[in-house]
Amino acid sequence: MIDNGYNFAYLDEQTKRMIRRAILKAVAIPGYQVPFGSREMPLPYGWGTGGIQVTAAVIGPHDVLKVIDQGSDDTTNAVNIRRFFRATTGVATTERTTEATLIQTRHRIPETPLGEGQILIYQVPIPEPLRWLEPSEAETRKMHALEEYGLMHVRLYEDIARHGKIATTYDYPVRVNGRYLMRPSPIPKFDNPKMDRSPALQLFGAGREKRIYAVPPWTPVKSLDFEDHPFEVQRWDECCAFCGATDSFLDEIVTDDKGGRLFACSDTDYCRERRDNGATGPQAVPSEQVTA
Amino acid sequence: MTTPLLRVDGVSKRYAAHVGCLDVGFDLWPGEVIAIAGESGSGKTTLLNCVSGRLLPDAGCIEFNTRHEGLQDIYRMSEPRRRLLARTDWGYVHQNPRDGLRIGVSAGANVGERLMAVGARHYGRIRDTTCDWMNKVELDPLRINDLPATFSGGMQQRLQIARNLVTHPRLMFMDEPTASLDVSVQARLLDLLRGLTRELGLAAIVVTHDLAVARLLTHRLMIMKEGRVVESGLTDQVLDDPQHPYTQLLVSSVLQA
Repeated sequence: MIDNGYNFAYLDEQTKRMIRRAILKAVAIPGYQVPFGSREMPLPYGWGTGGIQVTAAVIGPHDVLKVIDQGSDDTTNAVNIRRFFRATTGVATTERTTEATLIQTRHRIPETPLGEGQILIYQVPIPEPLRWLEPSEAETRKMHALEEYGLMHVRLYEDIARHGKIATTYDYPVRVNGRYLMRPSPIPKFDNPKMDRSPALQLFGAGREKRIYAVPPWTPVKSLDFEDHPFEVQRWDECCAFCGATDSFLDEIVTDDKGGRLFACSDTDYCRERRDNGATGPQAVPSEQVTA
Repeated sequence: MTTPLLRVDGVSKRYAAHVGCLDVGFDLWPGEVIAIAGESGSGKTTLLNCVSGRLLPDAGCIEFNTRHEGLQDIYRMSEPRRRLLARTDWGYVHQNPRDGLRIGVSAGANVGERLMAVGARHYGRIRDTTCDWMNKVELDPLRINDLPATFSGGMQQRLQIARNLVTHPRLMFMDEPTASLDVSVQARLLDLLRGLTRELGLAAIVVTHDLAVARLLTHRLMIMKEGRVVESGLTDQVLDDPQHPYTQLLVSSVLQA
């Protein structure tokens, strides 16, 4: 059911063209933050206004949309953004990663490998990777222009000095195409390797900060590190309690006040698909009960 | 040695109706330490900022003897090259160490920053070099992971010096490096600076209003008044036999303890 009071995908056509121009420029210069005229959206800044505007600019009537928040299809943010686009565009929505042509995400990249023709859209709170190191925007832009990225390593150095290893676990800085330093939005560093040479187009929208950036398909994305402290992703001793997966990002869930806890896939679609195919974990229950 | 390290010629800088500095020129030779002295507002810091590439002068030219291409006008070269020079071949020691240090990260990160800026990517080796330099400026390497805010004023100043020296610069700019320290700490720092400049063959331009600092540390002295250099020469000569009335006033104003 389309709400006919609004233009297709809520934004007016001029705004969508403006955003598409910014996206084209972003794709042409991988990792470069393109300023754009971010609009007021019917939800507060910080709830995904950047991602929604990018999605609104690229969505077409034949697209299939999937929205995830922290890997999950059924959290408040994901449910409402999905409903928003269903109401303003009438496109089909899905929870299955493989069926989606557009995936808007907050905090995760799906476990199922993405394919060519899919677009992954990230909601970005703070696009500038050098922000907490250098307060001046004029200076950070100059540093990007001149490729002066030594400062980022100062942060990683500080991590090792304090914790004995690189303790940054999310929003882990990357170098895109050997040129621009980029903040991959607050995804866990577990997901960083998935960005490297991904066949899918990756678009990043920051609504409050009014920036769009992109990683085109098959672009090299390298996580920063030191030679003697190479980049590593998180590991768990446990497997998913429901599907037994050992290769996915696990959430730790407290189950009672006596110290009980279990680990479960943060990507709900990946977990359900595995269980549908017969995989079970130590606390397996029928799939209908878990997704309810 | 036939070319100076830094050649300054006819440098002027005005702030609207006010004069920053007027028609200043001098040559600085490798290993030479030169002092710029004068009262507050006489244009010392303006001149230092102009010659250190931080403030574009209205007139005049400043040439630096680069490692590969000889004398180059620092304001005609591209900005990336000037910034590269500023973090490799030059050092800048601020009067207030908090302006020159990154106060939110550890002492080790402060010293290692320039190394990482020029491409060092081996944590262990950065650590070793940092410890080395902390030793050289008489800081305890055990404090490598402490924040500079926990250091005393004199230690912060030495940390700032180590942070600048780590890329083996050939030229240091110092803006009143000892002004905010008490006298005994001043004496130690001056001693250290004198040792380092001699040992490393560093050239330096030191802005100071303290003639004792000039006497101890520098070979040559320039006295500035109202933006102009009124007298210059060998430090001892200028201080022992001042010619210009203002220099005479300055020298006679120093309290004898």
